[in-house]
Amino acid sequence: MRHLISIADLDRADIERLLETARALDGIEERLPTLTGRLVLTLFYESSTRTSSSFELAAKRLSAETMSIRATGSAVDKGESLKDTVSTLSAYDPAAIVIRHPQVGAPLLVARNASAHVVNAGDGKHQHPTQALLDLYTMRQAFGGLDGLHVAIVGDVLHSRVARSLTQALHLVGAQVTLVGPPTLLPRGVEADGVATSTEIAAVGEADCVYVLRLQRERMESAHVPSLREYAARWGITPERLRPGQKVMHPGPINRGLELDGRVADSPDSLILEQVRAGLAVRMAVLHDLLAADAPVAEAAAVA
Amino acid sequence: MTLACRNGRSDSLVVRGRLVGDRCVEVSVSEGVITRIEPGGSSRALLAPAFVDPHVHLRTPGREDEETIASGTAAAAAGGYCAILAMPNTDPVVDSAPILRGLVEAARREAIVPVGFVAAISRSLQGEELTEMGELADAGAAAFSDDGRPVRSAGLMRQALRYGAITGRKLALHCEDPTLSREGQMHEGEVAAGLGLTGYPSIGESTVVERDLALAAYEGRPIHLLHLSARESVEALELAQARGVRATAEVTPHHLVRTDDAVRSLDANVKMNPPLRAEEDRRALLDGLRRGAIGAVATDHAPHSREEKEVPFEAAPFGVTGLETAFAALYTHLVLPGLLPLETLLERMSGGPARALDLPEPRIEVGARANLVLLDLEAEWTVTEGGFRSRSANSWLLGERLRGAVLQTIADGRVVHSGGHRWASA
Repeated sequence: MRHLISIADLDRADIERLLETARALDGIEERLPTLTGRLVLTLFYESSTRTSSSFELAAKRLSAETMSIRATGSAVDKGESLKDTVSTLSAYDPAAIVIRHPQVGAPLLVARNASAHVVNAGDGKHQHPTQALLDLYTMRQAFGGLDGLHVAIVGDVLHSRVARSLTQALHLVGAQVTLVGPPTLLPRGVEADGVATSTEIAAVGEADCVYVLRLQRERMESAHVPSLREYAARWGITPERLRPGQKVMHPGPINRGLELDGRVADSPDSLILEQVRAGLAVRMAVLHDLLAADAPVAEAAAVA
Repeated sequence: MTLACRNGRSDSLVVRGRLVGDRCVEVSVSEGVITRIEPGGSSRALLAPAFVDPHVHLRTPGREDEETIASGTAAAAAGGYCAILAMPNTDPVVDSAPILRGLVEAARREAIVPVGFVAAISRSLQGEELTEMGELADAGAAAFSDDGRPVRSAGLMRQALRYGAITGRKLALHCEDPTLSREGQMHEGEVAAGLGLTGYPSIGESTVVERDLALAAYEGRPIHLLHLSARESVEALELAQARGVRATAEVTPHHLVRTDDAVRSLDANVKMNPPLRAEEDRRALLDGLRRGAIGAVATDHAPHSREEKEVPFEAAPFGVTGLETAFAALYTHLVLPGLLPLETLLERMSGGPARALDLPEPRIEVGARANLVLLDLEAEWTVTEGGFRSRSANSWLLGERLRGAVLQTIADGRVVHSGGHRWASA
C-alpha cells in the first residue's frame, strides 16, 4: 500500500490486515519506536477536532515527529496553490502527508506531486477512509465479526464522504447495507453498489447497527429538505425507533435532537465513544502499514 | 463572407492522394483554385476535403497566455482544418461591433486558417438583454451564441430567434438548465454517486434542448445545438427533425469516445461541460452521428493553462483541447473498430459542420477554392504535452497512442500545414 486515498483502492485482505494491526496496537500505553526520526505532516484545509487530533496522537505514539499546518494563517491565505504548498513542505522530507481538503481530488493531487505517502483525512464529499476503517473496527469489536452484519446508514447520504467510504468498506467485508433518508438526500445511482435504499425510517428496524449521519444545516437552504423540524420528525433517531440492544453509531459531531436524540447518544447501546477510541488505534495502524515497510531501521517488528 | 485570415499569396501546387474509395488522383491547384483533377499516381495518403470546426475557444481577448488567434489557428491547421468558428465567451465578451471588428482585424494579421467570430446573443452573456445583432452581423459575426452558458429565459430565447432573423446568421445554442445542473462536476449516475461529486443530470441538457426545439418550431427559425451529450437530447432532436424543424447539431470527439467512467481517475483533463456521460449516451450520440441527425463533429477546443488544471478535480475549470487530436481520436476509436465508416467521419468533420453553420463547403472539384487535407492512416503516434501547437496542453488524450496523422492542410488555397506532426512516431 503506497497511499490511502479511497476505500476503492483496498481489497478485503488489506482491510483485514489493517484491522488486525489496529487490534495489536489498541490499548498500548507506551510509545512504540516504529517511526522514530520520521516526519508525519498533517495538512488541514477544513476544520476538524477528532480527526486531526487522533492523527497527531497516532503519529506521536509511533515516535514520529509531527508538524501540523492549517489553511488559516499559512501561505494558503496568501493564495498559494495546493501544489506549491506541497512542494514547499516536501522540502522537509515528510514520510507521510495527512490531508483534509474541502475539494474532491485534493489528496490525489498531493500524491501526484509529493514523494511522501499520502493519507486522505477527508476530501469534499468523496472519501474519508480512516473513518470507515475505525467504524469497521468498532463494529467488529462490538459484534465479533463483520460478515453478514446488517448496517443501516441514516441521513444525508448524498453529501457524506463518511457514508460513501463506509458503504464501500462494508460491502468489501461482506456486510449488508441499507441506506435510509429523504429521497433528495439519497444519490441517484447508488443502488449499483449492491446496497438497498429506503426512504422510510422503519427500515432501520431490521439492522444490527444504526449508523446516523450528521445533517448539515445548510442542506435546508439548498432545498434538499423543507425544514429541520420535518427532518427530525421523520428521520431523527429516537429511542422509540430502535429495538432494545440495537447498536447506534455516529461519526460526530452530533446535532443532538436533530438527527440523533440525546437519550440514544448517551445510552449503553451507543458506540460513539468506542469509535473515537478506535480512531487512535486505526490511525496508528494505517501509519504503521504505510511507513514501517520502508523504514530504514528494522523496528517494523514492534507490532508482530 | 464571415471568415477572416491573414493576407498572403495563394499557392499553386499539385497534390497527389487517394480519395475514399481508393481512386488515386492528382489535384492541380493554381493560385488557390482547383484547376484540374486527373486520375494517376499511386499514393498511400488519403486526400479529403479539409475539416471545419464550428466550435473553438481562442481565449482572445483576455487569456492570450492560453491561446491566441495565431496559436489556435496553427493548431487548427495541424489538425487538418480549413475553417473554424471562435466562441464569444472571452474577456471582454464579443458582444459589440467594436470588439468584433478588432478581432476580425487581428485575424487578418495573424490567423493561419480562416476564422469566423461568433458574437454573443445577450450582452455580457447575462441572458437579460439582446446584443445589437444587426450591427454585429454587419461587422462580420459568423453566428450568435452565448456558449458556456445557456440563454436561461425562454422569453429572451424566443426574442433572439425572432430578432435574429434580420441577421441571416444561425443561433448556436448551449442547452443547460442551471437549476438542474447546479454545481454539477460530472454526469449524474453511478460513478458520481461513488465519487461523491455533484451530478449534472442528462435532463439538465435535454429539457432545454426540447424547449429550444419547440421555440424554433413555433418561430419557424433554424437553430444549431452545441455539443450534445445526452441520449434524451438526441431523441428530442430526431423527433423535431422528423417534424420538419430546421435543427442541426454537433458532438465532440470526447463525448463519442469516453464515458463518465473516465472520471474515476479524478484527472482534471476529463472535466468538461457538458460532462462525459454514460455508455448508453455515448452510443446514442454515435448512432445520431452515423445516421446524420447529428451532422457535425465539433471539438469544443477549450484551452486552459497548466496552473488552472493542476488543482483538485473539484476546483478545476471545465474544458479540454481537441483541434490537433480530433481526426486521429475518432479514426482510432470509431473507424478502426468498425463503428463508423471513414467516409461518414470525413463528411461529419467537413461538409456537415459547414452546412450547419452556413459556411462554404470544402469540395474537391474543379473551380473550387482548394480546401484539402492529406492524411496518413498508417501513422501511429503518442499524444504528449510537448507536441501541441496550441498554447495549452489540457488534452483528454495525453499519453495515448493514436493512429492517423495529418500530413498536409490546404486552407483557402494556401498550404497552412505540412510535413506531418511534431510527435515522435516511435
